[in-house]
Amino acid sequence: MTAWGALPMLAVMLPVVGMVLALPLGARGAERLTLALLPVGIVLAIGTAAAVQAAGAPVVHLLGHWAPPLGLALRADGLAAAMLVTAALVVAAVALFARADFGTAAGATETRAAFAFWPLLLALWGAINLAVVATDLFTLYVALELLTFAAMPMVCLSGTRATLEAALRYLMFALLGSVLYLLGIAFIYAGYGTLDVVLLAGRARADLPTHVAVALMTAGLLAKTALLPLHLWLPPAHAGAPPAASAILSALVVKGSFVILVRLWFGVMPGLAAPMAAQVLGGLGAAAILLGSVAALRQERLKLLVAYSTVAQIGYLFLMVPLLVAAPGDEAYAARAWTGGVLQAVSHAFAKAAMFLAAGLIAARIGQDRIAGLAGAARLLPVPVLAFGLAGLSLMGVPPSGGFAAKWLLLTSAIEAGQWGWALVILAGGLLTGGYVYRVMAAALTGDGTQPALRRPDKRETIVLALAVVSVVLGLLPLAAFGLVQVGRLDLAP
Amino acid sequence: MSAILYGLLGAALTGIGLFGLLVRTEPLLRILAFNLLGGGVFLVFGAVARRGAAAGFAADPVPQAIILTGIVVAFAATTLAVALAVRIAEEPGDAPGAAPGADQPPDAP
Amino acid sequence: MMVDALLAAAILAVALATVAARGTFTATALFIGYGLLLAFAWVRLGAMDVALTEAAIGAGLSGALLLGAAARMRPHRVALDRAPGRAMTAAIGLGCAGVTAALAAAILLLPDPALSLAPQVAAQIGTTGLGNPVAAVLMSFRAVDTLLESAVLVLAVIAAWSLAPKGGWGGPPGLVQPQAQGGPLALLARLLPPVGILVAVHILWIGKDAPGGKFQAAAILAAMWMLAWMAGRTAAPPVSARWLRLVVAAGPALFIAIGLLGWLAEGAFLAYPPGLALPIIMVVEIVLTASIAVALALLVIGPPGRRA
Repeated sequence: MTAWGALPMLAVMLPVVGMVLALPLGARGAERLTLALLPVGIVLAIGTAAAVQAAGAPVVHLLGHWAPPLGLALRADGLAAAMLVTAALVVAAVALFARADFGTAAGATETRAAFAFWPLLLALWGAINLAVVATDLFTLYVALELLTFAAMPMVCLSGTRATLEAALRYLMFALLGSVLYLLGIAFIYAGYGTLDVVLLAGRARADLPTHVAVALMTAGLLAKTALLPLHLWLPPAHAGAPPAASAILSALVVKGSFVILVRLWFGVMPGLAAPMAAQVLGGLGAAAILLGSVAALRQERLKLLVAYSTVAQIGYLFLMVPLLVAAPGDEAYAARAWTGGVLQAVSHAFAKAAMFLAAGLIAARIGQDRIAGLAGAARLLPVPVLAFGLAGLSLMGVPPSGGFAAKWLLLTSAIEAGQWGWALVILAGGLLTGGYVYRVMAAALTGDGTQPALRRPDKRETIVLALAVVSVVLGLLPLAAFGLVQVGRLDLAP
Repeated sequence: MSAILYGLLGAALTGIGLFGLLVRTEPLLRILAFNLLGGGVFLVFGAVARRGAAAGFAADPVPQAIILTGIVVAFAATTLAVALAVRIAEEPGDAPGAAPGADQPPDAP
Repeated sequence: MMVDALLAAAILAVALATVAARGTFTATALFIGYGLLLAFAWVRLGAMDVALTEAAIGAGLSGALLLGAAARMRPHRVALDRAPGRAMTAAIGLGCAGVTAALAAAILLLPDPALSLAPQVAAQIGTTGLGNPVAAVLMSFRAVDTLLESAVLVLAVIAAWSLAPKGGWGGPPGLVQPQAQGGPLALLARLLPPVGILVAVHILWIGKDAPGGKFQAAAILAAMWMLAWMAGRTAAPPVSARWLRLVVAAGPALFIAIGLLGWLAEGAFLAYPPGLALPIIMVVEIVLTASIAVALALLVIGPPGRRA
């Protein structure tokens, strides 16, 4: 129990209680409740980050005063704090954006989509917060299930047959992932008598049950994170959803299982240091970067292009794995790889949310989302196109964006570790990303000579631009802010 | 001893359920296979609980509580999968291209 | 030991038959048998709480759900993907056998003597006033898992309702016309619910000291409602009904409120004031039972259907 430990607890419970109350409140009440909770959630997230930064140590809350292994704890370290702030800001932006599509006017009858959207958004928010602050492997399983149950209906909110099939495929992947993860937990409990990540840190033995457990949990989490070759469910699921849902799915949902994977590999397992397996994960990440980017280049539809870009950007997250595992001796570049990985997760969240929302505005305005039909978009919709371009700069890794800082940290850490291959992949991925972003921008910037139609100012454009700007200025953060994400790393625990 | 037996049974059921999940294409058969798999996983947990019998309890209560929670969550997941499968079966087909995700090129990786 | 070996062999055989079956009705019927046999396995493993839950949910509610779905989906053939070819099927089979082998080896190599939290539960159970160790874990030591799981059920109801087809929103959940009236089902639906409700109340109440509790009681209550609904004796209320939504949300909302009060009064979320743990836990259990029962029934009934 530490001072301010209640902050992460409240950050989890706020959206959960909102989701529960949203049901009896109905669509309009749920919308207003969500909007009221947003500022509170942002304050709680920033407060947690400030408490972690000030203490230089994780903040911990023991639920019911019961300490693990018998009880459960919530613990916000630097990684958790960064993700809490990211989730709160992205959820807030998406919620404000979504009012146009899922708002309910006073006196209007409740619609199915409006009824579902707000509690689903709150549930996703609570699940992400839980996934980053829970320390018990089974509580994390409940977080994964919350995430799945909220994300699945988001995928098929439009109710077309194609999205329903995408949702079922996603659900099957996600459920298989959960059950494999749960099986792994059984072996961890049998082997160590606890499921608490902090207690497990550094205790792993290199015996068969532990290896089986880690293999099962890793496989399950990879299916949920959509790392190639388990990514097939992602593009149709993310591209078919309404823009607000696509943004939240791509920006946040896949990060929940990724953070749990990081906790498993670098919290529970550092004693196991499995360089071969880490190289395999890094290799899959590299393949995801290259093949995902090439697939994005070949898409004809804007939203599918953005979705394949997510497949590629997830790959970057996994480059930190071999860099960290290979670097037990040299703390300086391991720290850089860690910061690079976390910054990639954060900056991609903002950039991808901006891209999906911008793509949604463009598609709604032009009436279709074929890239070939984007001519004149820049004149009709200068702000969303600008936001798309800015977010693209961050995904490419152009200075001074957050994506640049992330990729630069991974790149230099790879070079210092003597693992040149990863550095080449990062550079090639940047070029390919530049290629598909250029395709969209080139198409949007060609004029077709027609006069711009009269249009009303749309405040959603400001939201999209703000997200894109955040993804860019993240790279300008003072280095002290990057120190935050190092706080409480379990692989450094004595 | 019986704990090990049921643990091994759980391992076998896990393999059987996984096989059904991967080779069946009918959604309902897949959902059934997922439940077989879940039963196997819970049995492995049950074996762990039974091995931990101590302090006068016939089995370790902590994994038992986890299994209870797990069964209810797995049931909720099953109902959602079934609702989705029924909805797809009763949904008349859409016009092609109605959703951007529909026409994924077959050569995508 | 002999009993265990026979039971294990029977479960294995039923599982194999379920996967081998091509027809959804056959497979579902076999699966119900699988759930019942599993309940016996839980008895043999000394996990009575799990056995009750498995019988009520794993076999009972799942069975009703899947049989109903098989009937509704019979006129339509849906395949998600292309079926794997012969070689691929063989490869998958080998892979799954490998998984089983690895799991079996891991089980045989688990540390001896086994690790257990049972002594710690025994040492602390006095603080809760409960006699059932599983209930103590669910409602005190790991109470936040239980709380979150009750929230998962609320979310599942929202998720299921969100699957309503066009034109179905606001109406009662499930099919427009429940199953045919009359026959043995109607008789059962008249005789069973009063008994079932008594059993559920009993199981809920003894759950504090003996196997039982909210999940089992809620599953039985849900099954009674399902029975009456299938026999056409009660209609499901429309999803727009405010009271229905309030009942589903009440249990988790109360649980969270108790948790926050514990934080304000005792300094930790879900901390119970000394001496008051048992009454608080029982109140939460009773309200949760109602919420979980309605949520489980709504999940089996499914989203509102297309209206004429």
